Amino acid sequence: MSYVELNDIDAGYVKGKPVLKEFNLRVEQGELLSLLGPSGCGKTTTLRTIAGFIMAEQGRVMINGRDYTRIPPHKRNIGLVFQNYALFPHLSVFDNVAYGLRRRKVDKGIIQTKVGAILDLVSLQGLGDRLPAQLSGGQRQRVALARSIVIEPDLLLLDEPLSNLDAKLRDEMRAELTRLQHQLGITMIYVTHDQIEALSLSSRIIIMNEGRIEQTGTPEDIYGSPATPFVARFMGFDNALQGIVTEIGRDHATIDVEGVPFRGPASPARQIAQGDKVKLFFRPEDAQIGREGDPNSLPAEVNFFNFQGRTTLCSLTAAGQRIQILLQEGRDAARDLSHVRIPADKIVIEKDM
Amino acid sequence: MKNSRLLILILVIMFVFLLGPFLIILLSSFSGDATMKFPPRGLSFQWYGKVLNIKMFRTTFLVSLQTGLAATVTALLLGIPVAYSAVRFRYRGKAALELFFSSPAIVPGLVVGFALLRFFIFITGMPVMVGLYLGHTAILFPYTVRVVSASLRNFDPSIEEAAVSLGSSRLQSFFLVVFPNIRSGLAAAFILAFITSFNNVPISLFLTGPGVATLPIQMLIYMEYYYDPTISALSSIIIVLTILIVQAAEKLLGITKYM
Repeated sequence: MSYVELNDIDAGYVKGKPVLKEFNLRVEQGELLSLLGPSGCGKTTTLRTIAGFIMAEQGRVMINGRDYTRIPPHKRNIGLVFQNYALFPHLSVFDNVAYGLRRRKVDKGIIQTKVGAILDLVSLQGLGDRLPAQLSGGQRQRVALARSIVIEPDLLLLDEPLSNLDAKLRDEMRAELTRLQHQLGITMIYVTHDQIEALSLSSRIIIMNEGRIEQTGTPEDIYGSPATPFVARFMGFDNALQGIVTEIGRDHATIDVEGVPFRGPASPARQIAQGDKVKLFFRPEDAQIGREGDPNSLPAEVNFFNFQGRTTLCSLTAAGQRIQILLQEGRDAARDLSHVRIPADKIVIEKDM
Repeated sequence: MKNSRLLILILVIMFVFLLGPFLIILLSSFSGDATMKFPPRGLSFQWYGKVLNIKMFRTTFLVSLQTGLAATVTALLLGIPVAYSAVRFRYRGKAALELFFSSPAIVPGLVVGFALLRFFIFITGMPVMVGLYLGHTAILFPYTVRVVSASLRNFDPSIEEAAVSLGSSRLQSFFLVVFPNIRSGLAAAFILAFITSFNNVPISLFLTGPGVATLPIQMLIYMEYYYDPTISALSSIIIVLTILIVQAAEKLLGITKYM
């Protein structure tokens, strides 16, 4: 049995219109699992169902072998970190962090030690007397983190905790979160719409869409071989070329794109057959300048290009379809481009519905 | 430029209409005349002395004060949970319920007063003070619900959820986390409700009975018999007191943003 299990959950905000339908989720002890998806995909609903703020209409919530389905949120011992910090504005940093311990009737002396230790851990030593309004965004999120960790929760839920911070702070806090996770070994479920955040933090990622799970896998799996067109698009495979399968090999397929044969990886799981209409997905940065006669090389016409320093963004028309690519070369190369090449291992083939 | 001149003119007219009556009352309260005249002739403080000497004003002031305080506290105690459920929860029939709760503020006071008279006094035969207290509670309730709702809406619900996730029940979280942060909203509701009760005429008109009146009713009765500047003096006292209370509350709590 997994550490956290959602079994056939129906849950949502309006009765009879569940956001999650027959939803299943497994989380192992000590892992950092990300729920990744666009807004409205059900990731926050999942989190709130685990926290107990949404009562499941159907199904069961199991944590550490116990049935939590009907247990109210304040009796769950689950830490929660919000996007907007949600600190208690009228309480000092110390009292914010001590809040959960006081509700647990912990001895005063122990509270003093524990809060002190946790403030050290998140590098907030000496700020115990400040009010939340006197802190920076990064410091506030550290307080929120300290407050939810100090109660030694069975599970820590984080709802887009970094999205209110600026880019530099976000990198810093990401590193900090990874460190804390290794140090404390808390099981964490992390909700985000930011793919870089999910890739860099998680041991496992679940991509969600319209209340369903699209794909579960390691960051490498998700990044390298998206299982569905939705995941491909979401993970930055912004280009799609239409074609028809002409040949299926053991681990590759040949696809005809407007008369040009393309080779790409094919696995039995994808269930494509000869004659199927498919889409070839690839990332803008994976395309290269090609030459006539190269494998996987299409004649292309440059619509416009945009030099951006390290890369040059080109808009092309190839095989009658518009694509965007990012070249490592400068403008001269972009101007002279006649063919675009997409390496076979950078292509994801999906059946065209 | 022409536009702004017109705007200034409108502003001036507004101020004249808003503050003019107060000014006239204030000036006439220091009048040396025996009847209300404007502009007043002479200067005296005799009317202020007279106000304090008339026993009816003192007793009715106490009635207004008691009714106001009791009704305000009750309306707040009822209004807080109603506002809380309206802001935090979704349920069927919520819109209808909200309309129902605000109806005393929408229906003309005279109608409410008459309805309450029929119900309280004629049918149950309850004492005048009790009827007055219940009637005022009913008309203050929509105000407290509204002002408390506004301050609850300004308070991020995730802060409350953070408290719940840390181990305090919803009720406990309300007292430990929500309450301390909406105190100025509650103070605003208290002051607004109390002033509304203290100034109310139409409801009180129906619900006061022989021997019991509120201060505004007593002032009306007095004016039917005497037309001297006593009422001006009394009004001036009330205006100044109101301004002082609201100013103090604004300085201390910044309440006007909730009104």
